[in-house]
Amino acid sequence: MLIRRPSAIAPSAIAPRAVYLRRREFIAGAAALGLGSALAATIPGRAAGAAPLPAPKSPLSTLDEPLSPLKDITSYNNYYEFGTDKDDPARNAHALTIKPWTVKIDGLVTKPADYDLEDLIRPAQLEERIYRMRCVEGWSMVIPWIGVPLEAVLKRAEPQGSAKYVAFETLVRPAEMPGQRGLFQPLPWPYVEGLRLDEALHPLTILAVGLYGETLANQNGAPVRLVVPWKYGFKGIKSIVRISLTDKQPPTTWNIANPREYGFYSNVNPAVDHPRWSQATERRIGESGLFAKRRPTLLFNGYAEQVASLYAGMDLKANY
Amino acid sequence: MAAAPKTVARTWRGLALGTNPVRRAVYIVGMLPAVSTIYLGLMDELGADPQKTLERTLGLWALRFLIVCLAITPLRRLGGPNLVRYRRAIGLLAFYYAALHLSVYAVLDQGLDLGAIGADIVRRPYITIGMLAFAILVPLAVTSNAPMIRRLGGAAWQRLHRLVYLAAAAAAVHFIMLVKSLPAEPLIYAALVAALLLFRLALRLQTRARPAHRSRVEPAGA
Repeated sequence: MLIRRPSAIAPSAIAPRAVYLRRREFIAGAAALGLGSALAATIPGRAAGAAPLPAPKSPLSTLDEPLSPLKDITSYNNYYEFGTDKDDPARNAHALTIKPWTVKIDGLVTKPADYDLEDLIRPAQLEERIYRMRCVEGWSMVIPWIGVPLEAVLKRAEPQGSAKYVAFETLVRPAEMPGQRGLFQPLPWPYVEGLRLDEALHPLTILAVGLYGETLANQNGAPVRLVVPWKYGFKGIKSIVRISLTDKQPPTTWNIANPREYGFYSNVNPAVDHPRWSQATERRIGESGLFAKRRPTLLFNGYAEQVASLYAGMDLKANY
Repeated sequence: MAAAPKTVARTWRGLALGTNPVRRAVYIVGMLPAVSTIYLGLMDELGADPQKTLERTLGLWALRFLIVCLAITPLRRLGGPNLVRYRRAIGLLAFYYAALHLSVYAVLDQGLDLGAIGADIVRRPYITIGMLAFAILVPLAVTSNAPMIRRLGGAAWQRLHRLVYLAAAAAAVHFIMLVKSLPAEPLIYAALVAALLLFRLALRLQTRARPAHRSRVEPAGA
């Protein structure tokens, strides 16, 4: 039956780093020659509407694992505002208007304002951060994000001493987000997320505006999303319109939907199972097709060395 | 018993393919979704998580065939065509799909790690319920042939095969329990199964309320 080994792994299943880097140089070179838009239509897997976004590599990147293919990153998404199936976001998100985009920063800050995205995240600050991403559903990817440390953005608004948490909010726009209209709405909107202030200020926490050398595809959370690599993927709230600093732990969408299954912290932890399934292993997307083997999930998604101290003395089972 | 090997041979023939050409066509058409999904899987055309897509597709078709199976009696009772002669083929298709679905989980997903599978069955209610549904389908599939009906006797066979109600309910619950939020799809399948089971309950209550009409109720039952 299906026990047969594959004769060969399709070369397209894996994008070796060298090839990807060469491709980026190619794009950068072409952009310099003003060929960017002509090229956009011809690069396979390239997200519609994405524009080249050069950024220097960060030393905080995870370098020892092959990147997940761009076509998987842009076609296998959980973004319930565009539908609950994995391919719904890629099918429906093109309708989203992401220009102009403002992010309201308010709450316990000295300079609350509606920040224009281009003003909030300046091209010169951008860096590439390659991170593992572990979904709570038991699969994972390796994604070369482009973004800025969240800390840099928060500093602009000058958080007050009383701020203890950061709350995030996604856009609500039913006209462009089919998951936000109709009879069956899987979650309450807006999608909200939150971090403790020290988690938000941690150097690994970034606001991403691109991946794979390009601006974010809409299905990946364009124009700006959160990436917290040691937490389950759903903490990485997409298409952010508001960031509020608070002194109380903010509500988070999956915790509201099912408090027994999704906690505020949602740190990746192979020893703390989801009530309905094991979190001990994961399947790496794009690895070897039908015959991909599960791999062990790592505590804090492999970032324990950098982040474990944030949770010193905390019961990780109780604070799931 | 001298007849035993013959019965076994016929059982296997019954499991493999029917003898009637229309029934054979039902089997062949019924297996097309499996053939096409497995083919696409081997060609790496099942998207980013091909294992999950294959697993889900096969499981979904098992549930669909169970629903079609359960719909045959209500369809006839409500004045529709009588498809009862294809029920065995459809029931067996449901079993084959459930077996393929389980194989993908056990072999591809879990890599035949019996410890992990055992732990899943004991600790994950949705897997426990899915395994229950499959376990019920095994004796039903094995007895879905004329020699076994003769051996068991019509009444006992029928009692045994009423377990399909439980299998369908378990399969629908299994589907609901594995999704993260509650999208419409598993709820629609569960509603279909519930409606088909309620139809039988209503029939039974009606029969009990009017015992004088009992003789009109077909002995073949549901």
